[in-house]
Amino acid sequence: MDESRARREIWIRPVVVWVALCLLLAATCALAYVPMGNGNLPVSLCIAAIKVALVGLVFMRLFENNPLNRLAAAAGPIWVFVMFLLLGADYFTR
Amino acid sequence: MTDTAVNSAMPPDYLHDGHTLRSWLLSTDHKRIALLFVFSITVFFFIGAVAIGIIRLELLTPAGDLVSDDTYNKLFTIHGIVMVWFFLIPSIPATFGNFLLPLMIGAKDLAFPRINLLSWYLYIGGAAFTVATLIAGGVDTGWTFYTPYSTMFSNTAVLTAAMGVFVVGFSSVLTGVNFIATTHMLRAPGMTWFRLPLFVWSMYATSIVMVLATPVLAMTLLLIMAERWLDLPIFDASRGGDPLLFQHLFWFYSHPAVYIMILPGMGVVSEIIACFARRRLFGYSFMVYALVAIAVIGFFVWGHHMFVSGQSPYANMVFSFLSFMVAVPSAIKVFNWTATLYRGSITFEAPMLYAFGFLGLFTIGGLTGLFLATVPIDIHVTDTYFVVAHFHYIMVGGTVSAFFGGLHFWWPKITGKLYPESWARLAAILMFFGFNLTFFPQFVMGYLGMPRRYHAYPPEFQVYHVLSTSGAAVLGVAYILPLFYLIWSLRYGAAAGMNPWRAKGLEWQALSPPPRDNFLSPPVVGEPYDYHPQEGPDAEGDAA
Amino acid sequence: MSDAFLRPPFENLQRQHQAVAFGMWIFLVSEVLLFAGLFAGYTVYRDLYPQGFLAAGRQTDIVFGTVNTAILMTSSLTMAVAGRASRAGFGQMARRLLIATFTLGALFLVLKGLEYREDIQRHLVPGAGFALAQRGAQIFFSYYWIMTGVHAVHVTAGLIAVMRLIVVSRRNVGWLAGSASEDATALYWHLVDVIWIVLYPLLYLVGRANG
Repeated sequence: MDESRARREIWIRPVVVWVALCLLLAATCALAYVPMGNGNLPVSLCIAAIKVALVGLVFMRLFENNPLNRLAAAAGPIWVFVMFLLLGADYFTR
Repeated sequence: MTDTAVNSAMPPDYLHDGHTLRSWLLSTDHKRIALLFVFSITVFFFIGAVAIGIIRLELLTPAGDLVSDDTYNKLFTIHGIVMVWFFLIPSIPATFGNFLLPLMIGAKDLAFPRINLLSWYLYIGGAAFTVATLIAGGVDTGWTFYTPYSTMFSNTAVLTAAMGVFVVGFSSVLTGVNFIATTHMLRAPGMTWFRLPLFVWSMYATSIVMVLATPVLAMTLLLIMAERWLDLPIFDASRGGDPLLFQHLFWFYSHPAVYIMILPGMGVVSEIIACFARRRLFGYSFMVYALVAIAVIGFFVWGHHMFVSGQSPYANMVFSFLSFMVAVPSAIKVFNWTATLYRGSITFEAPMLYAFGFLGLFTIGGLTGLFLATVPIDIHVTDTYFVVAHFHYIMVGGTVSAFFGGLHFWWPKITGKLYPESWARLAAILMFFGFNLTFFPQFVMGYLGMPRRYHAYPPEFQVYHVLSTSGAAVLGVAYILPLFYLIWSLRYGAAAGMNPWRAKGLEWQALSPPPRDNFLSPPVVGEPYDYHPQEGPDAEGDAA
Repeated sequence: MSDAFLRPPFENLQRQHQAVAFGMWIFLVSEVLLFAGLFAGYTVYRDLYPQGFLAAGRQTDIVFGTVNTAILMTSSLTMAVAGRASRAGFGQMARRLLIATFTLGALFLVLKGLEYREDIQRHLVPGAGFALAQRGAQIFFSYYWIMTGVHAVHVTAGLIAVMRLIVVSRRNVGWLAGSASEDATALYWHLVDVIWIVLYPLLYLVGRANG
């Protein structure tokens, strides 16, 4: 049937992303038990950033959407960066 | 929607489109919601004004004889909370922004009309908490809720007050979301970005600040409430917390909040000056860039509120430098307004008088801001009346002047009536003089060392306080006067016609007052501010 | 069909959908900034009290945390597929996937509740009788409670929105594709997932290697 094939095709891309998310979850959980000194946090945050990017680009359709939504989405990380940068100007120079 | 059968009959204007209370309280018409906001913020304006009136009376004499020190603390706190969050922040955006943004871009309504109504109900929810605070005996932390006083020591209604501000914040976030989406999605054909009136640009820039800054305040207040209520150690230094973190997070919102207040004022004044100078606005595109630049740079400067707090001296230098940067786009704006006036055929209607007031007072407020951005001077005048005078020159001299200017400028559009011009000019002039008499002495006494928030003071400052209080009385008259003649005009004012000022924005192509869907036929979009010096407002022939 | 879903002030449905999605994105950015206020404090205190944070981080329940992450990611999958299904015209399939999303979200909250009960039994609530003595450990758990609490409020709001989709589409599954509500709800739900993805390493993976 053509329709059931169409139904299956809907699943393909999201499931690929979901499998990737699960693998990354397993990886970050396992890596947390590997002693890396100060390296544990950056590694786990990098993996989180990849997961966030996957959800944002595919599930939230930033990948296929018009540039306006991407612009709005970009404002979030940019302003968080500004906040951290200027907080750092105080806390990391005290 | 309009059948050919009823096409000949005019649709009712928005004021007469339904007469029940329900048709107002459940209206999704941006114009009616704007009026709901006008009523609510007017009530809170007078609550805040009464509080400061009592304070000014108390300060007539050096001794603390009128109210107790506790009451005094509660009065200045409620004055701050009410004026900042329940008057100034929504003052221009939620009223004129709501009313005019769709009209100015040629749309029928805001993008999300029901969300717009929700904004008003959130405002009322927050307002209810604030009234409850008053009934519960008030709050004495100052509008800034500084820790550890607010979390550990104050035994007043901090939770209720913080909750009110927390709730009203979501009102401004939703307004911001609505304005941004509307500006992007609902511009009429031909209304390109660089044909937008500066008022629309100012709403857009303000909305960006509302959306990005307000949630941080919400979270900060939530932390305060959690600490107070659940006894968490987040800002408690004895258990490892850092009270300065509170100040960082608070000012991450509250400095940009100043731009939520002043940017709309700049938008209003740009419309008025171009109209009554009969000149195309000088340097339109730079005015746009300046608005956006102020909104963005406004996020980088919050640390100048913390120069003496114990933050790192390197942070002081960074924040001082960044604060000076805001002066550049602000100066661009002031010079461009002045250049617009140059060789214009200027007339002095009441809105223009308010706009002139804005220009002068904003400039003084802005220049004294440079003093305060300079670390050594700031250390000298921190927490003195110099600071009080500075931010009142911006927030009252700037924003409130612009609010009254806009109120007079668009009153004929909003109500369809003309107000008595000579009374309005009198009120505008009175406001300018009353304002300067109130706040200029505060610069002087602040520089001489009079600290803010004290209810008793050494006698040598009395002369300045007497001047200031008498100025406040004049200012009070100037605020109450429009209430009378504007309400009078509703009943007895002459019909305004579509365009009494012969102004150029799209809003003047709609009827006064406009019908539910704003425009009977699609408005004609041209270049912005297409004014010519020869056609003054008195030139013969009227569009209506 | 298309005009039935058109709401004023819009004059064409595609524009309306664009506007709703864009409006939701702006709102989501403000949500990001809301949580940024928490991330900022977490960062500052982690820098001030590294040992306290490591010791406290080991006390969170990694099984609950990891299982919940997987559940929320799966609910994001069903939500994403639901949107694609309704846009392709498979309304019933979309509705079933929304029910799956709701179930997974509710399961997340149930597990979170069980985890909270365990935390309380192990004296991990800041205040008198707190289980750990290290300086900063109480602050870590203050952030743990507020971060997960605010997130749980968001999950609850998302569940209400998903339930609304399920109820309203009972009569007419075409509504899911026609109105912009599903699109907006989906974006919100994914954001709730995104926030949790960031919270997970901050709250559950801290100090595991130094045990």
